[in-house]
Amino acid sequence: MIVANRKPFEELLEFIKPYSKILLLGCNECVTVCATGGAKEVAILASELKMHREKEGRPIEIMEHVLERNCDPEYVESLKPMVGDYEMVMSMACGCGIQFVAEHYREKLVLPAVNTTFDGVTEEHGVWSERCLGCGNCILDKTLGICPVTRCAKSLFNGPCGGSQGGKCEVDKDTPCGWQLIVDRLKEMNMLDKYMEIQPLKDWSTSRDGGPRRRVREDLKI
Amino acid sequence: MRLTYPTNVKVLKVPCTGRVDVIHILKAFENGADGVYVAGCLEGECHYLVGNLRAKKRVGYAKQLLEECGIGGERVAMYNLSSAQGQRFAAIALEMTEKIRQLGPNPMKKGSRVMGHGSRENESQEQVARTEAKS
Repeated sequence: MIVANRKPFEELLEFIKPYSKILLLGCNECVTVCATGGAKEVAILASELKMHREKEGRPIEIMEHVLERNCDPEYVESLKPMVGDYEMVMSMACGCGIQFVAEHYREKLVLPAVNTTFDGVTEEHGVWSERCLGCGNCILDKTLGICPVTRCAKSLFNGPCGGSQGGKCEVDKDTPCGWQLIVDRLKEMNMLDKYMEIQPLKDWSTSRDGGPRRRVREDLKI
Repeated sequence: MRLTYPTNVKVLKVPCTGRVDVIHILKAFENGADGVYVAGCLEGECHYLVGNLRAKKRVGYAKQLLEECGIGGERVAMYNLSSAQGQRFAAIALEMTEKIRQLGPNPMKKGSRVMGHGSRENESQEQVARTEAKS
């Protein structure tokens, strides 16, 4: 899922400063699961903003609305009848959703209420961590399901660097060394010989180095 | 026991404090409450094992949110008591009322504005979510 964090409250207050009637948008997908921008978080933020503005003597009307997804046109287009009633849209969806809404309603100011952070997993209730950078050329077969691009701070491909100490990465004592995880896994599976295979230089053109990516399936087009 | 507690305390019953969410606390303030306290079972004695411990964390989070939006985190509190502690319930109601009186009305209410249905200025209102679980 895409994991995001809510922006600092002060920053959001600045965004809505000139406005008195706004649409606060949430999303039922990833940001709901990572407890950042679902119906509950939209209600909490709306309540906080309303109370702050009421206290300031400048009440604000906030319409809370949560789309099933913000990254598909059929859901984004469903905003059409209501979006014109509001001075601006503040979105708690991920960066994809915010951009897609802004693309559809070019006359409307659409601002982010969250910082979209990473593609990750739920380790436990309330704990999420990064797993995939979307490099476009997966090598999880060689590393038995542990991604060195994401889990190694330097995205190394041929073993750990000198900063690996006691199984931890030098960037943070709580971050496991990605390559330590890979070696441990290879040992568990009796496949340590894979560690001896030298990985060639990675072609990063399938990642962000090749510019914004696009996928087309002609057979699915209507 | 014929105990009394301040009449401005409004009790909202929930099956367990584990049902209390951050948004319930915020909505109470949005609707004009001056303070909110959650009265849960004693720690370690929750019929649902951890409902009161979860409520405690949520109250902590609500405090942060109320602080950042300028209402004040000290207006919300968590108490633990058993359903057999009537005297403690009355004492907590009094303690919380006094605390909120000292803090003054909900800062959302400006000047001489009426503070809600039937309440007078400077009179504190608290809303209570209280477990009714019988031990």
